[in-house]
Amino acid sequence: MSVLVRIPTPIRQYTEQQSEVVLEGRTVSEVLENFKARFPDAGTRFFASGSKTSRFVNLYLNDEDIRFLNGLQTTVAEQDTLSIILAIAGG
Amino acid sequence: MDFMTDLSCKECGKRYSADRQYVCAECFGPLEAAYDYCAVARAVSPSAIAGRPANLWRYRELLPVEGPPATGFQSGCTPLVRATRLANALGLQELYLKDDSVNHPTLSYKERVVSVAVTRALELGFRTIACASTGNLANSVSAHCARLGLRCFVFVPDSVEPAKIVGSGVYQPQIVRIRGNYDDVNRLCSEIGGEYGWGFVNVNLRPYYTEGAKTFGFEIAEQLGWRLPQHTVLPVAGGTLLPKVCKAYRELGELGWVAGSSKIHGAQAAGCAPIIQALHAGLTEIHPVKPATIAHSIAIGNPADGPYVLDCIRETGGWGEMASDEEIIDAIQLLAETEGIFTEPAGGTTLAVCRKLVEQGRIPGHESVVVGITGNGYKATGSIADRMNGSVHLSASLKSFREWYLSRSSSIEGRVL
Repeated sequence: MSVLVRIPTPIRQYTEQQSEVVLEGRTVSEVLENFKARFPDAGTRFFASGSKTSRFVNLYLNDEDIRFLNGLQTTVAEQDTLSIILAIAGG
Repeated sequence: MDFMTDLSCKECGKRYSADRQYVCAECFGPLEAAYDYCAVARAVSPSAIAGRPANLWRYRELLPVEGPPATGFQSGCTPLVRATRLANALGLQELYLKDDSVNHPTLSYKERVVSVAVTRALELGFRTIACASTGNLANSVSAHCARLGLRCFVFVPDSVEPAKIVGSGVYQPQIVRIRGNYDDVNRLCSEIGGEYGWGFVNVNLRPYYTEGAKTFGFEIAEQLGWRLPQHTVLPVAGGTLLPKVCKAYRELGELGWVAGSSKIHGAQAAGCAPIIQALHAGLTEIHPVKPATIAHSIAIGNPADGPYVLDCIRETGGWGEMASDEEIIDAIQLLAETEGIFTEPAGGTTLAVCRKLVEQGRIPGHESVVVGITGNGYKATGSIADRMNGSVHLSASLKSFREWYLSRSSSIEGRVL
């Protein structure tokens, strides 16, 4: 599946300033693995330990937080959008 | 003189100059303002502060700005009310209400964070100010931007109370209503934040914004005669206020202006309690929830600063509880009946939780308590309107009044006479 990955401004210093990139994968986890392979500097900062993402990185598949779906194992469909959002408290 | 030294990452400690950066480039953790406390201690003292104007800028050496304040000259310094009738009702001896429901000009604690964020935004060269809000923040940002003549965008969820829409609209910002809940609004603003060069007070100005919340804690201590209450009970939404009151108390201790410590307790509505659920389960990680509560102003299901709330509660020996919508309305009513203060559901939540903590014995009756009242009930009347059925409708004749008075039910008697 080809998925559009949206990249937030503070991370673009590790993605050659790209704001979007199209990557392959069947699950969110696989897309992220490909993201890590493409942008290793961003990847190492995403994964605090092992395969668990940093708690400052939230992932949204088509505007829904993947924690309300099936987490990193959520399956993705062709032309889905995976948004990387840094956790900013707001409030 | 400049007392803020720089920003430091709350997670990894990496330092950054105090500019437009708001997340750590290494670990994406939040940045927080750091100060030269030795310089602060040399420059100012409690007695010097006592002589300053009654607004939040009386603590300016401990706020993250370089020049003179731009706004908030009547904000802060809200009443600390000794609540004896409420204390009796709860079984407490020494209870105070820090009453930001009358904070100038838009009647919530948000004046504190906005005054600081907007002042800093101007110092950093922003000319368009924005925010993601459950309503109160939008009111405050709109008002302060209006008086400064700044372009303003406020983003709110569909569910925001009607009075809070009017309370922003009157100042003529661009109101952007988003189909979704606050967490959806916050996510969108995180994405917009970097795109247009706008200063989102609670996104890219967050390191400065959050510091304004410390003044809630500074004022409690000063109003108690530079003393900390043994317990402080605060509402929790995104996780700004509670850790910053904790920081305020810690800074005052570091300066030697107060002794001892305060147990800090958190309050959430049962329909949106991800932090309290984590506290009760002994977890450090927060699982997001979809909010379903009348307490709209604290309905944040994905609180990014939640782990810091847990840290503060655990480090100070406090606790946290959640209140059902029914308990929240009961507490709003109790506060009104005993102290003549009308708070919004966030304040009802905090008071309801205080009541539970007393019942659980976590707050002993003889210890001093401050309850944070952060918003005003006149902005959120819908939640309690169904309860307000105590009026009678009469013609303007003495006969009509006498007939009603004789026939009134005995249950009313105790209240009317």
